[in-house]
Amino acid sequence: MCQACDSFLDRLFAKGVLHETGVDGLYGRGQAFEAVIEGMDRLITRTAANDHAEVIRFPPGMNRALFEKSGYMKNFPQLAGTVHSFAGSERDHLALLDNIHNGGDWTGGQGATDIVLTPAACYPLYPIVARRGPLAPEGGLFDIQSYCFRHEPSKDPARMQMFRMREFVRIGLPEQAASFRESWLERARDFAETLQLPHHIDVANDPFFGRAGRMMASSQREQALKFELLVPIESTENPTACQSFNYHQDHFGELWGITTASGETAHTACVGFGMERLALALFKHHGIDTNGWPNSVRAALSL
Amino acid sequence: MLDTIRRLVDEQGRLSKAATAIGDDADLYAAGLTSFAAVQLMLALEETFDVEFPDHMLNRRSFSSISAIAGCLHELKGEEAA
Repeated sequence: MCQACDSFLDRLFAKGVLHETGVDGLYGRGQAFEAVIEGMDRLITRTAANDHAEVIRFPPGMNRALFEKSGYMKNFPQLAGTVHSFAGSERDHLALLDNIHNGGDWTGGQGATDIVLTPAACYPLYPIVARRGPLAPEGGLFDIQSYCFRHEPSKDPARMQMFRMREFVRIGLPEQAASFRESWLERARDFAETLQLPHHIDVANDPFFGRAGRMMASSQREQALKFELLVPIESTENPTACQSFNYHQDHFGELWGITTASGETAHTACVGFGMERLALALFKHHGIDTNGWPNSVRAALSL
Repeated sequence: MLDTIRRLVDEQGRLSKAATAIGDDADLYAAGLTSFAAVQLMLALEETFDVEFPDHMLNRRSFSSISAIAGCLHELKGEEAA
């Protein structure tokens, strides 16, 4: 029996739910997959309708200078992606074509552009909020979404290199950030139950790089700054994080100079939905054909 | 050793007050030590004392006070001497 030729990913390809591109973690999305993503987007919007968050949508790239200031390279250099482009002469162009033709390295002459691939949907938000000056007394609440990039090629369909992250970001007093996260931890359980997904919530850490990163990760866990909603997709022993609930304390407030109405450094918290992961969890648990999904799930997603 | 630790806490810790004004057992995090600064402090301690903190010491507790840091260094230096 051949397990490898009947993997979950292979079945998704076979049914046109996802389309292979030749690169692990980089896939085209079929109609059924996108219908589920759109349904979830609407469900999330309904869940948060009474919060009146300010909606901002980002392209998949962000300002390189702001990315540098964000400190991402300190913690996750292994995941970052930069956008480079050709900026040479005609002679350089001929050499480039020659290298492509001969299978040589044609990328060495590419220069960095002002754009890097966005690593997390909330990264481009903080500088925008900072530019507006001190927050109103009620603080800020944002509904954001971006395609994100993380360089971690894998055969696990739930570990894509490019994926959509929907986020709600709360910026304000420490109590405002804390109660925001608490309320979303509650909502997350309802959300997973509505979608009939087996799940549990656990404390977690980000994949910080190196030995310094081990300390960051341990500190993050000890302070319970990150929780994840976990759903088994590729394995039950290592379930996949489909939502995360993060309290950054005053890290981003300090970094970007975001202040509250009374002049204190703002605290931030965010809840992130891994849209592709949630969709894959649904395809895993309810079947490759969405027509066979439980009626209540189909109704919740307006399928 | 405590003086050297205090100097490094001053250089790397970015605390609200001088390390000389902080008791051996006082909580450095309460004095403003952030996770990022704790990492910088950890790296500076390794370089200055020529040690490498093992995985089980790479946590918040190990750097929570001057005496906690000294305890880790004694343990590492002791192992080296033995």
